[in-house]
Amino acid sequence: MAGLISTSAKTKAEGSIVEGRQAMLLFPAWAVIGVLLVVPVLIMLIYSFLTQDFRGGVIWEFTLEAYDQFFLDRGLFGDEAPSIEWTYILIFWRSFLQAFFAMIFCLLIGFPTAYFIATQSPRSRSMLLFLVTIPYWVNLLIRTVSMKFLIRDTGPINEWLIAFSVIDEPVRMINTAFAVQLGLFYSYLPFMVLPIYASIERYNFVLSEAAADLYTGRWTTMLKVVIPSVKPGIVAGCILVFIPSLGAFLAPDLLGGAKNFMIGSLVEEQFKGQAGDWPFGAAVSMVLLTIIMIILLIYARSQARDAEGAR
Amino acid sequence: MMARVGKSIRWYPGFRAITIACLIILYAPLIIVMIYSFNNSASITVWGGFSLIWYEDVFFGLESAKFKQATINSLMIAVMAAVVSTAIATSASLAMVRGRAFRGKALTFGLINLPLMVPEIVTAVATLIFFASIGFERGVLSILLAHIVFCIPFAYLPIAARLQGISSIYEQAGRDLYATPGETFRLILLPLMLPGILSGFLLAFIISLDDFIITNFVKGAGVETLPTAIFGAVKQGIKPNIMAISSIMLVVSFILVSISYLISHMGREK
Repeated sequence: MAGLISTSAKTKAEGSIVEGRQAMLLFPAWAVIGVLLVVPVLIMLIYSFLTQDFRGGVIWEFTLEAYDQFFLDRGLFGDEAPSIEWTYILIFWRSFLQAFFAMIFCLLIGFPTAYFIATQSPRSRSMLLFLVTIPYWVNLLIRTVSMKFLIRDTGPINEWLIAFSVIDEPVRMINTAFAVQLGLFYSYLPFMVLPIYASIERYNFVLSEAAADLYTGRWTTMLKVVIPSVKPGIVAGCILVFIPSLGAFLAPDLLGGAKNFMIGSLVEEQFKGQAGDWPFGAAVSMVLLTIIMIILLIYARSQARDAEGAR
Repeated sequence: MMARVGKSIRWYPGFRAITIACLIILYAPLIIVMIYSFNNSASITVWGGFSLIWYEDVFFGLESAKFKQATINSLMIAVMAAVVSTAIATSASLAMVRGRAFRGKALTFGLINLPLMVPEIVTAVATLIFFASIGFERGVLSILLAHIVFCIPFAYLPIAARLQGISSIYEQAGRDLYATPGETFRLILLPLMLPGILSGFLLAFIISLDDFIITNFVKGAGVETLPTAIFGAVKQGIKPNIMAISSIMLVVSFILVSISYLISHMGREK
């Protein structure tokens, strides 16, 4: 078996039209992503250690001021003994919770949907899959604006509820934490369905039949057989929902108003808004990026371990 | 056969209802906005009958010049970003799929997908700081450069998937008949790869057209794309003309995704 693989790989490389040109073909991708993404992230790291210039820029002097401001409270005049500054940690914590609940709600709706689609006939399967895919490609700004339109105090939902005498006063939904939660859930729902679907499509239903033959109940089969088999898809879906939710800007900004700050709004305010503190914005971005890279690293390692185990 | 035997085992109560609910959740806001874009009323919630006045307003109204310029910018940036990123992705996919294994292959794969892993807001901050620190003027060009980066993985995925599905015997036959590597690529491989390349191009185009966060950071003052213009207008309250523009963009996205979907399923060996 091993010998067969190595021979086929050899013939492939000999006959390959890219032989000797690989570096040349890869160079544009390396250069563009390297110069326009990797280098900028490194410069951002440097910026987070520079001194703020009040006109919205930096002075090239090394300081830990930005991280100090993030983590430590030194009182109004900066002369008190440092204690932990909770403002920004709380914004991170709240973003974490909202991203987490967005993930849970997406999973509760997304998993049954993915499962249902995967068990349909090929024709209706591709039709349903296409319907779930479309919103994934529709402008996120427009989707968020649509949601804002829908849940405003004078929006269609409130108007209809009043028209049918369900409520007398409009229910306040916009500019609440609920609205942000709903917005995140709505934004990233397709991200949950698609990877889970891909897993279930590869799932061999003979396993479910075997479980049923051994008198396992329907829901026990789901919990003990189906879900463990499609776990990689579930984990991928959770990550695809959690990560963009954590750094989301549009949902908190358009649906949450001024009170429901998330990490994305905090960062944006340092560059586009009133605060204008670039080093602090860079530091907040670095903290966010570090958290996400740790999550992805844990994910990659668990994947590698699963692949080991499968072999 | 399996479908018949497995039917009852695969079935779970309530899953169909949840699927229907999921589709309603995904589509209801979009459909309602589309309906209200045809509203013959200056108020955005009171239904005043069917009319096209807001579409007329988008094309000929007070703000039409602003939206027209924004649309031109958006289309120009999207076309160029899609062309460049598709070319880069095609070239990279040839080396990654057809080339032999090399040290750093996993790293290169990670690099190509890096724009998908870094949160958009972080990419936006990093790119803004980068342009500011090298004194690069912020405008259409800075937006274009930023877009090329995050379009690469979206173009790469369908192209690499297509290439993986093409057996290398075709190129080998060409090489055996003394075609140069260039001729083999141009006359044999490229036509076979074309559906993947087109699909990648369209996806990159849509992604560029849709981007708001990164564009909002790297655009200069006064330069607007369609999403940033819409965002600016929404900040002052949702007016019916925004719903009309949104509906147009929805239809455009729908058409482009459908074409991409059809192309990528065309002539697939299955």
